[in-house]
Amino acid sequence: MATTTLTKAEDRAAVEHAARIRNVSKSFAGPTGQQLVLDDITLDVAPGEFVTLLGASGCGKSTLLNLVAGLDRPTAGSIETPGGRPALMFQEHALFPWLTAGKNIELALRLRGVPKSDRRPEAERLLELVRLGGAYGKRVHELSGGMRQRVAMARALAQDSQLLLMDEPFAALDAITRDVLHDELTRIWRETNASVLFVTHNVREAVRLAQRVILLSSRPGRIAREWTVDIEQPRRIEDTAVAELSVEITEELRGEIRRHGQH
Amino acid sequence: MASTETKADDLAGLEAGLDALDAVQVRRTPAREILLDKVLPPVVAVVLVVLVWQLLVWAKVTDDYKLPPPGAVWDSLTDMWVQGTLLEVIWTSVSRGLFGFVMAVAIGTPLGLLVARVKVVRAAIGPILSGLQSLPSVAWVAPAVIWLGLNDSMMYAVILLGAVPSVANGLVSGVDQVPPLFLRAGRTIGATGLRGTIHIVLPAALPGYLAGLKQGWAFSWRSLMAAEIIASSPDLGLGLGQLLENGRNNFDMPGIFLAILLILFVGIAIDLLIFSPLERRVLRSRGLLVKS
Repeated sequence: MATTTLTKAEDRAAVEHAARIRNVSKSFAGPTGQQLVLDDITLDVAPGEFVTLLGASGCGKSTLLNLVAGLDRPTAGSIETPGGRPALMFQEHALFPWLTAGKNIELALRLRGVPKSDRRPEAERLLELVRLGGAYGKRVHELSGGMRQRVAMARALAQDSQLLLMDEPFAALDAITRDVLHDELTRIWRETNASVLFVTHNVREAVRLAQRVILLSSRPGRIAREWTVDIEQPRRIEDTAVAELSVEITEELRGEIRRHGQH
Repeated sequence: MASTETKADDLAGLEAGLDALDAVQVRRTPAREILLDKVLPPVVAVVLVVLVWQLLVWAKVTDDYKLPPPGAVWDSLTDMWVQGTLLEVIWTSVSRGLFGFVMAVAIGTPLGLLVARVKVVRAAIGPILSGLQSLPSVAWVAPAVIWLGLNDSMMYAVILLGAVPSVANGLVSGVDQVPPLFLRAGRTIGATGLRGTIHIVLPAALPGYLAGLKQGWAFSWRSLMAAEIIASSPDLGLGLGQLLENGRNNFDMPGIFLAILLILFVGIAIDLLIFSPLERRVLRSRGLLVKS
């Protein structure tokens, strides 16, 4: 049963967390009865921390992100996000095509309760932050893939949430653009002090970005291992240290995948 | 410190370069091209039809009272213009049609929203609503006359029964086609419940809704003409439908042709002047009209 109690003494420390995930399981109705997708996930994200969730297909990483975002409810366990509703970025930009780039951001501001007169300057500021100062009046279809994801990032930041959830946001971009957006995300993360929970299946991306990498096993998703990444930012995806850790994590990931072929 | 600054500048420059390389060019079609591609072909088609019509008359394929020459129809038109009745007749029908259509939109929109968003309502009346679209609205004229008498309310009743299902169904299919991603994205930024409907569902459903409005207008106009042709009465005022019926009673074939052409002309004109530009504008602003 899902519980969201906040009574125990140890839970009072929850305010110290951007996200607190306790013994979360999730199952869906499948063709052969209830299918367990996530099994007993316990995970904290500290304020200002950058965590990546890494795993192969079927590890339930997107499901976990949806649970944290409040789009779905866990079958068991509890999820707390003391900083309010988390912001969520998808692999698709998910910008609304009937609004301009600026108005997309202003809608998020409006729904957050920002007074009308403050919305435009705030939207312009956020566009500046993602280096799209001139794009306020642009329609979504007039922007390139990388620009769309940056507007989506600005819209997510407009929620002023302490926690930014990212569901493979750069997976559909070309390698050059993705590389640039990694730098951008690192810069914005440090400027805004937000906590980030970033889902990916790309090991190097996980190492390039995160302070902590969490490897999920597949079917059901369990936390298999975790690494603390001490490499100094700004990193580059081709740095030797990034490559070395990536090799180690990839071996582990392959081991997890191999287990599924054995029965 | 200096090195991080150069790095930041590098990144900004790199990004500006990528943006410039990737920017999508949106080209507007020049007026000359529109004239050549969009206006000329239909004009040529109409001229050809009139030419063939005139040739058939010259070849005497049938009696003049069955197939009047284009010139006779033109004379009927100028007669009505000189008498000052032409615009009056057109306006009688157009004002009825538009007023009925506006009412149909006012009723069909909340109805469509209800069907689209409430499961029980959809299960209960969804199939009936789409089935009603295939019922010719002329079928409603007889009961409408008996219930309401020979007056304007009866006309409006027939229009509503014809057009409300189209408007409602357009909105329903518009809502059904809203990508789930938009709903999820809306929910994450706090657009839930009524706010989700206003800020996400309705604007996302606009293209489908507009298509419904367009069809709703066509149904309004057809329903009205059916009502005017069948239910003529001196109290009702002379509209295009009655003009057609009068032509039949007086055995005035040029008058009948004129009435048919005027009915067609009004239907097309309203579509071209109101609905098509509206639809194009919405689709273009969303990047859905980009030519390959």
